[in-house]
Amino acid sequence: MTTAEEIVDPVLERVKTGIEAFDDLVMGGLPRGRTTIVGGTPGSGKTVFATQFLAHGITDLDEPGVFVTFEEPSADIEVNMASFGWDIRGWQNAKKLAFVDASPRDQDELVVGEFDLAGLLARILHAVQGIGAKRIVLDSLTQLFHHFVADQNAIRRELLRVASALKREGLTVLMTAERNSEYGDISRHRIEEFVADNVVILRNALDRERRRRTIEVLKMRGSRHVEGEVPITLVSGEGMVAVPLSSLRLEQQSSTKRVTSGNAELDRMTSGGFFRDSVTLVSGATGTGKTLLVTNFLAGGAAAGERALLIGYEESRGQLFRNAKSWGVDFEALEAEGRLKVVCLYPEAQSLPDHLLMIRELVEEFKPDRLAIDSLSALERIAPETGFREFLISLTSFIKKHEIAGLCTATDKSLVGGQSVSEQHISTLTDSIILLRYIQQAQFMHRGLMVLKMRGSEHDKQIRRFTIDGDGMHLGDAFEGSPDIFSDSVLPGPATA
Amino acid sequence: MDPVQSGARPPLGLRLYVAGDTPGARRAIESRERLLDACGNRLDIEVIDILARPDAAEAAGILATPTLADEAIQPPRRLIGDFSNIAQVLDFFGLRKEDTPS
Repeated sequence: MTTAEEIVDPVLERVKTGIEAFDDLVMGGLPRGRTTIVGGTPGSGKTVFATQFLAHGITDLDEPGVFVTFEEPSADIEVNMASFGWDIRGWQNAKKLAFVDASPRDQDELVVGEFDLAGLLARILHAVQGIGAKRIVLDSLTQLFHHFVADQNAIRRELLRVASALKREGLTVLMTAERNSEYGDISRHRIEEFVADNVVILRNALDRERRRRTIEVLKMRGSRHVEGEVPITLVSGEGMVAVPLSSLRLEQQSSTKRVTSGNAELDRMTSGGFFRDSVTLVSGATGTGKTLLVTNFLAGGAAAGERALLIGYEESRGQLFRNAKSWGVDFEALEAEGRLKVVCLYPEAQSLPDHLLMIRELVEEFKPDRLAIDSLSALERIAPETGFREFLISLTSFIKKHEIAGLCTATDKSLVGGQSVSEQHISTLTDSIILLRYIQQAQFMHRGLMVLKMRGSEHDKQIRRFTIDGDGMHLGDAFEGSPDIFSDSVLPGPATA
Repeated sequence: MDPVQSGARPPLGLRLYVAGDTPGARRAIESRERLLDACGNRLDIEVIDILARPDAAEAAGILATPTLADEAIQPPRRLIGDFSNIAQVLDFFGLRKEDTPS
């Protein structure tokens, strides 16, 4: 047992796929020199994943690649992948990419007796040696089984031979295989059982009338990996983007630096403002002043010389700007100074992972010091519950990682008290929660504000009355008596207190 | 294998793709001799070793070996595997087995 081949390199060298968050799932990339099966139903993105794996090697790491196609002719792949910004023709001309086109051809073919796939192997090795390939894709094996439908055993045996020959060449191999259903056998023909070191599953499931694409690492031989499905999305000009679940790393440092909420009184209630890298949730029924708090937050940042980004999902730019003006804040001027950027769109305009990507891109582009989202509840309606939770986790961790002060709003369904689903999800993820409530006192309806939670800090526990006028929000005294802000809002009149 | 044989009709030109010197390749080449014996100058079979000429396999789109192919027609006809049944092979390529013209 001391022969050289028994010694397994304790640290497998990693080959980056170019899908960043996926590489994180597999501890840095696919192990070099190993075979990975990517299984998925038709339309789940197998060819995109495979092409991106080659593209990343070619464009970023100077690792040429070979694409063996059993399904689409190479000309079709070239056209189909162009929308992701991949210059397949250019790479071929530069001898960075070679095709072995084994797609079905128009021919009369008859198989009698025994055969092998030496022809295929010879072509593959020829292509590999011609460009010095380091990566190879076989897309998809299922089609090969269909081609030789009467000789499944021969194909298994031959495929194993091809796989071991590729391994001997030191190639990192990615094979795709079709699945019949999203949650069932890993692949038709059980290809993974005999050739794969690693198994990755792509899914494109229909969940409450919405497509939800995910990627899952099922098996990584001799290596750790992160378990579970991770949302992915296909972005034109980029390819496949996995949306990382932040729970992977809880490494954000907590800063003790405070930033103003934009309201001096609220700053006092929170013992000096929000933390720099924290996320605050403002929860309240419609009309309680959430957008006002957001406006203050943005204006306060701008006044302190910071840059602020607002993503609006409920109101149009025009409405937001007009509201702000009525509270004495000129968004237009702030935008002109480059202190503020307001982006408004319908939640329904894109899927949740796309929203997240858009926010990330905006943040990376605009580099804001603070970010407000108004409101999360609007996003909630476009996604299934699990998807929304993943979105929130990703968003909050992203905000913290970039040391941005975040403010999100959530709208209560009922006018008084109550809890929205997003509140349930986000309350554990956010660092601070501010509740805005209608509170009835005798024959008057008041607005009340309360800092419910503030991680890592003392805060005022009173429920404070507040009013809104042309200068914005004015916090007043605490309520007398004991208003129940979680359910009903009827208080005894002050006379009885 | 120069196709400079003389004859009234041009012979049917087939290609036999094999991969190196394997038992399967040897069997295919034996069958080739028998096919040629059966047809005389009506048939010509070029042997292509794809290990030596992978580009020829690429151009023809060969996956499996041994493959016997008629690439002069569209779409091409290909027979894969075992060619020992001479009558069946000739039938597949549209040649009837007859006595070789003397």
